[in-house]
Amino acid sequence: MSPHAERSAPDVTVTLFEETAVALNGVSKRFGETVALDDVSLVVRRGELMTLLGPSGCGKTTLLNLVAGFLVPDHGEIAIDRERVTDLPAFRRQIGIMFQSYALFPHMSVAANVGYGLKMRRRPKAEIARRVDEALELVKLAGLADRRPRQLSGGQQQRVALARALVIRPKVLLLDEPFSALDRNLRGAMQVELKQIQKQLGVTTIFVTHDQSEALSLSDRIAVMTAGRIRQLGTPDEIYRQPSDRFVASFVGDVNVLRARLERINGTVAVVALGEARVDVPSQPLAGASAGSSIDLFLRPEQLSVVEHGPAAIHGVIAAQIYQGGHVDLYVDVAEAESGRVLLRVSGEQATAHWPAGTRIGIGLVAHSAIAFVPSGS
Amino acid sequence: MPRLLRALGGITVLAILGFVLLPAVVVTLAAFNSRAIISFPPEAWSWRWFAKAIAYEDFRTGFRNGLIVTAWASSIALVAGAAFALALERYEFRGKRVLEIVLLSPLVVPHFTVGLGFLILAAQLGVARGYAVIVACHVVLVLPFVLRSVYVSLRNLDPRLELAAASLGAPPERVLTTVTLPLLLPGLFSGWLFAAILSFNEFTASLFVTVQRTQTLPVALYNYVREFADPSMAAVSVLYIALTIIVLTFATVFLGLGKVLNVEPSR
Repeated sequence: MSPHAERSAPDVTVTLFEETAVALNGVSKRFGETVALDDVSLVVRRGELMTLLGPSGCGKTTLLNLVAGFLVPDHGEIAIDRERVTDLPAFRRQIGIMFQSYALFPHMSVAANVGYGLKMRRRPKAEIARRVDEALELVKLAGLADRRPRQLSGGQQQRVALARALVIRPKVLLLDEPFSALDRNLRGAMQVELKQIQKQLGVTTIFVTHDQSEALSLSDRIAVMTAGRIRQLGTPDEIYRQPSDRFVASFVGDVNVLRARLERINGTVAVVALGEARVDVPSQPLAGASAGSSIDLFLRPEQLSVVEHGPAAIHGVIAAQIYQGGHVDLYVDVAEAESGRVLLRVSGEQATAHWPAGTRIGIGLVAHSAIAFVPSGS
Repeated sequence: MPRLLRALGGITVLAILGFVLLPAVVVTLAAFNSRAIISFPPEAWSWRWFAKAIAYEDFRTGFRNGLIVTAWASSIALVAGAAFALALERYEFRGKRVLEIVLLSPLVVPHFTVGLGFLILAAQLGVARGYAVIVACHVVLVLPFVLRSVYVSLRNLDPRLELAAASLGAPPERVLTTVTLPLLLPGLFSGWLFAAILSFNEFTASLFVTVQRTQTLPVALYNYVREFADPSMAAVSVLYIALTIIVLTFATVFLGLGKVLNVEPSR
């Protein structure tokens, strides 16, 4: 499915497939003068983990709050499980939500926190007890049922929040930047665990984050947002390798922008000249540019390599080496780079042995999936 | 030189503490003085002024009236103050700033002005100066304190707790009873407690709106001192202080009042 297939004009009803879990159709939301969401349409499939990725203020949290029912859209419709919920209050929607701050009820035990949703549904006591136990088992917190939230570590609190959201068997699980309060090591472990639980239960999940690496590693699909709109919708690989515009290309992953020249366009492929090298890129983003015009070539750090012998595409002087353990980030001053500098990744021994700062090196391209855009402002 | 400065600093602190506590100390010592005029320092010790104070009819009725007025005034102020605090913290509306200023204005308007105002109002409306007028007057005076206390607790309440409860299926009234109110309880209680202490001690405005039959304890004390000058008043003062200390200690130890006053985050 192409990235834009699910966008539709506001007056056209989104086709609701059997597998549709959440659908937004032409949804807009303003706060005073600020447009938080601008005519957004999106379909989340049953069982998938959809990430809303974007900088702060891009509208991702507003979208989450609209699905949760904490906000009502100014325009557009929202459906959950093919049922219109646009103005249904949150407490009738059967959604699970996990906040960055966890929002555990401090005056209740862990068991009471987890059982809260079932109690509100007036389930029998025995059933509540059984399902709370199961949920705590699922998040590996069996035995802590009688503790208070403040007696738990950050990671444990997060598990309680997850169990509390899952125990009501939500139609959708909403995660609002859930990992940003955790330290780095714990974050990785929790991400793996969350993904496992999500797949095991097959629960449709919408995950909000500004962290692009988190989005790439966890998601089935990513919606990249900025300024209240979805800029691109696709799998992590599509977003990373085939960004639809400059914003997506720069926001997701590290990228080097190099000034290059458009040589010719052959149907869907355009040939771009960078120094001595020739690179094939998709021609679609370059529509309208004429042969010989200046364009921006976007290359990931791993698409550049140091060339010691033989012809190199471009040349530069090493400005700094940043040791990262498994690899070294090599910053090289290059005349062709938009920022004057490019980033390469090389293995550790290679860098320190051969290329101290100040060394002049050749740079080659491993650019089988490079992409180019017309320069901004032209 | 630094040692000298430090010593001077220490003396200053002690002097300030002494200055703060001195009136209470003097009154306490006077209360145990066996002589019939208030003198200092006492020459012989006795409990007899306590016995006399407790037996004195005006003090007994004053105490009872005070409790009645305090119970009503602080409870009404609690409900009204909590409702206003909720409105001010949660909603945006026209005239919000004006409402806030009006509600907090008893902090700057002198108590005798409020008392006099209620006296004139009661006379104009032909209302007898019964408990209702005193209670209304006290509600106005203590409302700002309840308002501040509940407002602070509300600020410390993470709104996402209520959102989480709603997402788990709790309709608004159950969010209120199972999450919001239990978490506001310390704030509500401390607001109520301060209102009660202030109302019980209030003198200036009470002087205007009470009559012989409805006079509260501070007014009864005032009327007493106009005629007599024996240490039974000092004894009442000591009982006052003791009662307040007991109540506050109980609140701090058993109800976590300190948590509210220190404005700890709720999480």
